Amino acid sequence: MTTLAVKPQSAEKTIRKIILRALMIVFLLLFTVLALLPFLWMLSSSLKLDKDVFRYPIEWIPSVRHWENYVQIWQRVPLLTYFKNTALLSTGVTVMQVITSSFAAYAFAKLNFKGRDLLFLCYIGTIAIPWQMYMLPQFIMMRYIGLYDTLWALFVLQSFSAFGVFLMRQFFLGIPTELCEAARIDGLNEYGIWARIMLPLSKPAIATLLIFTFVSTWNDFMGPLIYLRSDAVKTIQVGLRRFIQEYTSDYHLIMAASLCSLVPVAVVFLFMQRYFIEGIATTGIKG
Amino acid sequence: MAQDTRMLPLKKRSKLHRKNTLIAYSFLAPNFLGFLIITMLPILFTVGLSFLTWNGGVLENMKWAGLDNFAAIFKNFSFQKSDLGITLKNTVFYTLATVPLTILFSLAFALLLNKAVKAASVFRFIFFFPYVASIVAVCTCWNYLLMKYGVVNSFLNSIGFTMTKSWTQSKTLAMWALIIVAVWRYAGYYMVLYIAGLQNIPGELYEAATVDGASAWQKFRKITLPMLTPTTFFVSIMTTIACFKVFDTVILMTDSGPGRATKMLVNYIFDLSFNQIKYGVASAVAMILFAVVLIVTVLQFRVEKKWVNYF
Repeated sequence: MTTLAVKPQSAEKTIRKIILRALMIVFLLLFTVLALLPFLWMLSSSLKLDKDVFRYPIEWIPSVRHWENYVQIWQRVPLLTYFKNTALLSTGVTVMQVITSSFAAYAFAKLNFKGRDLLFLCYIGTIAIPWQMYMLPQFIMMRYIGLYDTLWALFVLQSFSAFGVFLMRQFFLGIPTELCEAARIDGLNEYGIWARIMLPLSKPAIATLLIFTFVSTWNDFMGPLIYLRSDAVKTIQVGLRRFIQEYTSDYHLIMAASLCSLVPVAVVFLFMQRYFIEGIATTGIKG
Repeated sequence: MAQDTRMLPLKKRSKLHRKNTLIAYSFLAPNFLGFLIITMLPILFTVGLSFLTWNGGVLENMKWAGLDNFAAIFKNFSFQKSDLGITLKNTVFYTLATVPLTILFSLAFALLLNKAVKAASVFRFIFFFPYVASIVAVCTCWNYLLMKYGVVNSFLNSIGFTMTKSWTQSKTLAMWALIIVAVWRYAGYYMVLYIAGLQNIPGELYEAATVDGASAWQKFRKITLPMLTPTTFFVSIMTTIACFKVFDTVILMTDSGPGRATKMLVNYIFDLSFNQIKYGVASAVAMILFAVVLIVTVLQFRVEKKWVNYF
């Protein structure tokens, strides 16, 4: 009798569990569709003719796929130049960031010197100050020293970030100081410790900083909008904007070019996402 | 003699100390010089400029203005008419809508993915991708989706609404277009922080609650939410600062319009700096932006004790 009394209750419980599970899957799929919808639409539109882009109901997989759209975009505007400029800038900035940030972070995390904590507080404080507050003086300075309308301006502006120092320092703090001391006794100097002990142990932090810097430089719109005028130095974001403004109604081509602009970050992100997500989860920060 | 021997190690020590300090400075120097010139100096420069009149050109054109710049931007202040009032109102509205929605969605994503869903990393990638996707491409695509005859309107019309305008050209919907894109972009990013937060909650708490016969909802209300308050606090600080900086999506989607319906503080600063070339006034508005962000952040820290639990 007792088993009979228990059974219906546990059946009810399993049913509730199944419903909850089903509900979760429904929501998961719904969110997935919402997150991906713009990208799917972008892909589908990039293979259509401009007159078919806004036809409703949407033909998600076009019956005639116009791959030639992807050839045309390179002929309309110097897209390849934009890509090259952006790749150059993003790589340069990323390398500088990783080197200077980890260098400074070593001093903040493992060395003692006067005014260390105060200086670090200054660094932290500026992370919270919107860059837009001081973009004008930066611009005036850059123009004054003749870097306006060059990629150098953006290279200089983005190579030194307080955020990078913060991220690397947090990670360095987690590496036991005894390791450094043992290395010191073995005769390694501070630069050697930085290069041969700290860096090899900080791969996740470096990967995070690397991908963050690369992605944010690649996607930066406001910087290039302020600094770059001539076509020869434009980056992909402002170049794409020029394309959009010039060929307003060539929706299919705009979407094809947009999709191309996503590819490099998608590839970098795909390869390093594990480190990246681990890295943000442990150090948080950055809006 | 005795004094000398006692002094010697001290001297040696201070010499060593000085050498260590020098080494530390050599590590700092490359980043610090850049930081000083690129960040610290311009911040001070902004403060100075806000008390000067300078409409570009050579440095000799600079004139002392006292508080004139601030008087100019506060002149005829109203939330309906003056530029400062409108941009302040818009930015605050945008922030107040975006921050809670972002928290809601990022928490929902995290809860869904935390429950050991198969292929969680695939979904994590999908939800996160909008955050790294290039901003111009994404805004343009959303513009098309929200156009008069775009996908969103067609869908809404088919289920009984009557949408007759592009979202970005409607006085009320333009702001919501920006908010939707912001939430869509940020939610995946903050999801990662929430996942980390969820994984830090000790499993014993749930086990104990199960023994006591707590329902899933009770566990969520009494364990998950309170244990996540530090994460929520952090996320709300970060999204608020990010919202006050909004610029890209505005330029790319609504161009501050229609009229000034979506003009934000940063758009106002940009306009004064690079279109109207009123450096002094632009810096005064930049100071207002700084002050507002500072005040809001301090306020958030003030009320922190009332609702954030640190265990």
